[in-house]
Amino acid sequence: MKFLEKYLHKMEPHFIKGGKYEKWNPLFETLATFAFTPKLVTSKGTHIRDGVDLKRTMFTVVIALIPCLIFGIYNTGHWEMAVVEGNRDIPYFSEMLAKFLMGLTIVLPVIVVSYGVGLTIEFIFGMLRGHSLHEGFLVSGMLIPLTMPADVPLWMVGLATAFAVIIGKEIFGGTGMNVVNIALTARAFLFFAYPTSMSGDKVWMSGLGEKMNTNPAELDGFSGATALGDLASFMSDKATVAGEAVQSNMAVQSFSNEYGAWESFMGMIPGSIGETSTMACLIGGLLLVFTGVGSLRIILSFFIGGFVMGLLLNLVGGNPYLDLPAYYHLIIGGFAFGAVFMATDPVTASQTASGKIIYGFFGGFLAIMIRVLNPAYPEGVFLAILFMNVMAPIIDHYVIQANINRRLKRLKTI
Amino acid sequence: MSNTISIRKGLNIRLIGEATKEIREVPVSGIFGVSPLDFHGLTPKMAVKEGDTVLVGDVLFFDKKKEAIKFVSPVSGSVKQIVRGEKRKIINILIDSDGKQEAKKFSIKPIKEQTADDVKNLLLESGFWSSMKQRPIDIIANPSNKAKGIFVSSFDSAPLAPDYEFVLKNEMEALQIGFDALSVMMEGKVHLSSKPNSSFSKIQGVIHHSFDGVHPAGNVGTQIHHIDPINKGEFVWSINIQEVAEIGKFFASGYINSSRKIALTGSEVTTRTYLNATRGSKMESLVKNSVEATNVRYISGNVLTGDRKELTEYIGHYHNQITVIPEGNEYKFFLTSGWLGAGFDKFSNSRLFPTFLLSKSKKFRLDTNTNGEERAFVVSGELERVFPFDILPVQLTKAAITNDIDGMENLGIYEVAPEDFALCEYVCTTKINIQEKIRQGLDLIASECM
Repeated sequence: MKFLEKYLHKMEPHFIKGGKYEKWNPLFETLATFAFTPKLVTSKGTHIRDGVDLKRTMFTVVIALIPCLIFGIYNTGHWEMAVVEGNRDIPYFSEMLAKFLMGLTIVLPVIVVSYGVGLTIEFIFGMLRGHSLHEGFLVSGMLIPLTMPADVPLWMVGLATAFAVIIGKEIFGGTGMNVVNIALTARAFLFFAYPTSMSGDKVWMSGLGEKMNTNPAELDGFSGATALGDLASFMSDKATVAGEAVQSNMAVQSFSNEYGAWESFMGMIPGSIGETSTMACLIGGLLLVFTGVGSLRIILSFFIGGFVMGLLLNLVGGNPYLDLPAYYHLIIGGFAFGAVFMATDPVTASQTASGKIIYGFFGGFLAIMIRVLNPAYPEGVFLAILFMNVMAPIIDHYVIQANINRRLKRLKTI
Repeated sequence: MSNTISIRKGLNIRLIGEATKEIREVPVSGIFGVSPLDFHGLTPKMAVKEGDTVLVGDVLFFDKKKEAIKFVSPVSGSVKQIVRGEKRKIINILIDSDGKQEAKKFSIKPIKEQTADDVKNLLLESGFWSSMKQRPIDIIANPSNKAKGIFVSSFDSAPLAPDYEFVLKNEMEALQIGFDALSVMMEGKVHLSSKPNSSFSKIQGVIHHSFDGVHPAGNVGTQIHHIDPINKGEFVWSINIQEVAEIGKFFASGYINSSRKIALTGSEVTTRTYLNATRGSKMESLVKNSVEATNVRYISGNVLTGDRKELTEYIGHYHNQITVIPEGNEYKFFLTSGWLGAGFDKFSNSRLFPTFLLSKSKKFRLDTNTNGEERAFVVSGELERVFPFDILPVQLTKAAITNDIDGMENLGIYEVAPEDFALCEYVCTTKINIQEKIRQGLDLIASECM
């Protein structure tokens, strides 16, 4: 690697202040510091430093997302094939390579657009502010595609990414300064700006919407809905049959026939690209918790919060949504993905130890509450996390105040 | 002896280069330096001119704001030069040693006949007071304040730190006299914190405390927080235990001895031993023939809180240790030794590096590379793992960065010194100079609230 190092040394004078390409310094620095840990040394204070830096930390999150990504690509391919064949019940583990490649042709462009748009904007802001790329977007750029439905138009991905990076992050000052999670800002932007492309039962499988327009006959009786969407439709069916508990139980029964607990947990169901597999999320979560990048406090309390809310709703009962077993809520929709990758974003989550527990618990609690009690938003997870992002400073405020009060009390007791 | 307090939040950074338990004599010769910059916030006023002859213990300069606080010459000889910097700021007072170490004689009554003020005045006159630090603010103690206690730690838990059990093994008597003197001054409120089963538990007339666990268990700040935390409006003082022994010798003989045991440590040192050297020695004379490598950093003190020195500079007033480590001023390719490398040579408190897999006895040769660039705070919960105080380190640092005086007061700035945050600074993923920020916060508090 000596030649690369020499080349960098040679090029460096052009990019520093007064050099020919001074303006492009942020770009040069980003590339140089990616290839080589820079030769910065400590000046005073602590003379040695821990090996860990933000690049490695963020890269670990990207690694943790790989199970979700790989599974998501396959799952997307599977449901596209189901659409092509017009049969929702084709075997899951067959023609695996073909499915994976089909999925790849859909997912890869979304990722490219997300990173392309996001990094370009980050570079522009970096050049305006004279600093190299800060690593936060390495993760956001991967999270955004994974929260998108398979059929999302690429221009929407680009628009949402631009919105999230500019409005969600850069106007607050960049990485580390944002109030709400970047990826969820992108998701929420699309959800409210283009609801028809982000919800309903045509967007979750690639090619479905188009085929429904051109060749609806082949899709007779074919449903493109997600588990949550289906649950909502069971609800509306039920509304026409008058409310009896027996009916509700039957609906739950037929729901769990369609979406078995195992299939749901593994993620063999339609949904946003990377969120369906609770299993893949947990593998990523294990890596995050083990390395200390993700907070176990948040993940665990998020799941507990969701489960508790599910149980409470079970107690009320009366319609399929309320009667759905509490554990089901944890394995369908984006719940696990949100708990592991979104709620744990250290910048937007609570930062105090006890604050994290409260933050996580209410995140999960609200996610299920929104999902069940407001049928307009079956996917309540991202709304709940965004809401808790906003509330996190208030939670921290009270935790900090408790610390301050302990100190004041000490003063009074002497 | 009270119960042992075990410090679990912290980190022992396992470095190569501990000093072996033998002592080498460093002869007194050449130029010695006393720098007012070693004393944070001090405005010196000179008491000598260039060319004056001085004895050991003669006043060189004093504190312009609190004239009772005096700083004395560590050697006998003549004042060679008063080095000044910008705006005629005094950087250093250089003394050409005559090698004889003739010392000024102080007349001292037996301790039992002395009052608290007598002891205090003797410490001020003899320059020992300059080693007495106060919290809050972490500066030389203001003798006109009333402190609620003096806290002394009998062990240093910092990386490669000198072992005071070894350094002071033949000086128990002097140590006892030193503590007696402090006890007279403080009317008994002298706290001595030791490891369990320490030989210092024989010292009488002090309040003993026992600490073990990981660094910063040996930091006096940690000990104060667990024994009797500082509230707003209170003062506590602290002093290094080697100084207490020297105070003992001074009270017994009436002469100042300015030699100290200094641990010569670090991976780049070839002959790591303890040195018996004189205060204000030139770095060059201390590390002579002991360092072969050239691209190294000389640190007066330990790697966490010490000062970077050139060979032509002088060891700092508060330091009993010299550490020499490699400089890290080179590019590291990201896959081999850079940010994405396996990192078996890196010592990390996070599990992003395989440090936790390696044997607990493996020691590391760490350089001064920051291993990354500075960023805004991103990671949470990281500093708390190495900060054994009931204080929120990130929030307090942020209050210091934003000059939020109320915030700093509420969050506990009165209890801390920059050195308490040294480990936080070490583990910080976003490479923020936390000690510097805390120092700025303390300076603001000192100018606005004290």
